[in-house]
Amino acid sequence: MIRIENVHKQFGALHVLNGVDLTVQKGEVLSMIGGSGSGKSTMLMCINGLEGIQQGRITVDGVEVHSKNTDLNKLRRRIGIVFQQWNAFPHLTVLENVTLAPRKVLGKSKEEAETIAIEQLSHVGLREKLSVFPSRLSGGQQQRMAIARALAMSPDYMLFDEVTSALDPQLVGEVLDTLRMLSKEGMTMIVVTHEMRFAREVSDRIAFFYKGQIHEIGKPHQLFDNPVKEETASFVRSVL
Amino acid sequence: MDYHFQWRPVLHSLPDMLWGALVTIEIAGLAMLLGTIFAVFLALGKRSGEKYLAWPADVWIETARNTPALFQIYMLYFGLGSVGLQFSSYAALLLGITFNNAGYLAETFRGGFSAVPETQTRAARSLGMGAAQTMWHIVIPQMLRAVFHAMTNQMVWSILMSSLGIIVGLTTDLTGVTQKLNVVTYRTFEYFFVAACLYYIISKTFTLSARIVAWRLFRY
Repeated sequence: MIRIENVHKQFGALHVLNGVDLTVQKGEVLSMIGGSGSGKSTMLMCINGLEGIQQGRITVDGVEVHSKNTDLNKLRRRIGIVFQQWNAFPHLTVLENVTLAPRKVLGKSKEEAETIAIEQLSHVGLREKLSVFPSRLSGGQQQRMAIARALAMSPDYMLFDEVTSALDPQLVGEVLDTLRMLSKEGMTMIVVTHEMRFAREVSDRIAFFYKGQIHEIGKPHQLFDNPVKEETASFVRSVL
Repeated sequence: MDYHFQWRPVLHSLPDMLWGALVTIEIAGLAMLLGTIFAVFLALGKRSGEKYLAWPADVWIETARNTPALFQIYMLYFGLGSVGLQFSSYAALLLGITFNNAGYLAETFRGGFSAVPETQTRAARSLGMGAAQTMWHIVIPQMLRAVFHAMTNQMVWSILMSSLGIIVGLTTDLTGVTQKLNVVTYRTFEYFFVAACLYYIISKTFTLSARIVAWRLFRY
């Protein structure tokens, strides 16, 4: 379970997060929507400690993320994240991209790591690309590789930060299909997205971010069809 | 125009010159190795933003890049000698080229570090890799590609610069050996022509090997 309590974060004078409270249960798929600059991506980065916070508390299965005593490297093994700019390691082949962390972080043998990697890469449809360098892949393929790379650590949670925003429109579908598949398998996921139809289809709950806060949260049909707050209604109108 | 070329004496002393060439390679190689190590610290020092690290690094880099290498070697030999710190010719030359290499390479590495996007570090850390693991497996290999060509050039420069050993009385490297033979035989053109050829062969061999290494290393 991920528990976020009264989290504040500032970049200089800019208040990016302004008291966020949220609990995500095991097995849940939660989407975060909202305008750019509303704080949803920053929120995601705070959950695995890539960003610090000034106030409040985030715990993952009871471990406080921003406590000095927390071993972040250890915590991050259990929280996979995929970025908007997929961030493939360009000097490593597809297979090496996926085996690196299991070998160096989890201490798995080359053979073990490769077995896991091949399994995950097959899962996202890249079985044929093992020895290829990322520069030879399309954006959608690189993004699916990044997903496999995160999954190879067998995380308990997966965070997705606008994973389709930098892709050509015709490549969005294949990445969303991968996410759909994961959600069906019961992975706990927090998905920051602009793909409203997708969010509506796969999410258990949707959180609408506005001015650094969760302005409204609820089941998809509730948030999209009967939003309570005026800002939610106007955002939903503008994107659908 | 009454000069008759005589190549026989040169041919005769070629083994001596080849031994000299070996010393040249040794000095250039060591100066490159030491220079690289210093350069990493200089680059990190300048990046750190700490005044007490950045300032000395800056003085080193600026001096190395904006004064003649000849003076740098001179200073180490005669300059420090006059205050009682006497280096041998070999050491003065080695340290002089090291000083020069480090200054140039520091700037190269600074550029190399910024050539690896911050997002690469982020991605590695998010997989649970530590700072050192990220540096070693992600940042350095990519940085190496960015700086490899400049490093190759610096090594060639290092080989050629080593000929300056002659000004501090070094007699064991290729230029030193050649000069010694020249003084005895007065076959200046022949000896220095062959020496130049040897410098050319050394530099070219190095550049070509580096190209093969780069081709093997940077296939992506």
